[in-house]
Amino acid sequence: MKARVVVTLKNGVLDPQGKAIEGALTSLGVSDIASVRQGKVFDIEISAQDSTQAKQKLVTACEKLLANTVIENYSIEI
Amino acid sequence: MKSAIIVFPGSNREGDMARALQQATHHQPEMVWHADHELPKGTDLVVLPGGFSYGDYLRCGAIAGRAKIMDAVRAHAERGGLVLGVCNGFQILCESGLLPGVLMRNAHLRFVCRMQHLRIEQTNSPFTHKYTARQIIKVCIAHGEGNYEADQATIDRLEGDGRVAFRYCNAEGVLGGAANPNGSRNEIAGIFSEKKNVLGLMPHPENLIDPLVGGIDGRGLFESLVSAA
Repeated sequence: MKARVVVTLKNGVLDPQGKAIEGALTSLGVSDIASVRQGKVFDIEISAQDSTQAKQKLVTACEKLLANTVIENYSIEI
Repeated sequence: MKSAIIVFPGSNREGDMARALQQATHHQPEMVWHADHELPKGTDLVVLPGGFSYGDYLRCGAIAGRAKIMDAVRAHAERGGLVLGVCNGFQILCESGLLPGVLMRNAHLRFVCRMQHLRIEQTNSPFTHKYTARQIIKVCIAHGEGNYEADQATIDRLEGDGRVAFRYCNAEGVLGGAANPNGSRNEIAGIFSEKKNVLGLMPHPENLIDPLVGGIDGRGLFESLVSAA
């Protein structure tokens, strides 16, 4: 089973990297960029009986390692 | 005092830390590999040294924070044992849940490597009692992710309980502006756990123990530890 985990910064957490990318895009002439927030994508192959079980395992993975829930949110697509 | 330094793949300040501990305690600290399950018998102090454990992959300190040996470190801390984390060690303490909050990318996005003044905020701890309150010390910093961040409730709790150990300041002790090297909330450079037996800080006191290399302002921390254990 293939899954994708997306980890993003929570609202209100400063993202200096996103800000720098935003500035770079503007200076490259890419117009109308209102804001950029940087995150992480994990493509994961997982064996599980069904998507519910896979999701359970991936929630554990996110809570234990993939996301720092002090500052990050995660979402799981299967 | 018996100390143990945990070595992760990518740690690089363990030698400096050993030298500082040896100078203060007259005992050679034991190096403990991250895949070990237990600490040497009779360990009083566990140190997580600086460096770039696991190449800072995922998040700084994230993978080291979940290493086998960290269960033993956690148990040691719960028993009231002393734990010191410097730089990457501080990041590991936050990632492992031994200290609250998180160290984010420096606000200006640059790695900073320079001398830095700190104000001693709290002398009532095993790590800082040889300093005087509000003393200004000069140590060095070298990090790209030292921007301390936590939710407001955590910050209020740290401030209210006197758990901020050190703040960044200038030579006169003034806080803010260019004296804050990384954008840290409330100029926080180091914090204690609730029982003050765990300390994490970004600066490197272990590198300021010899007048030949810039000063001895870091010695106070190690001398405090000697009489604490």
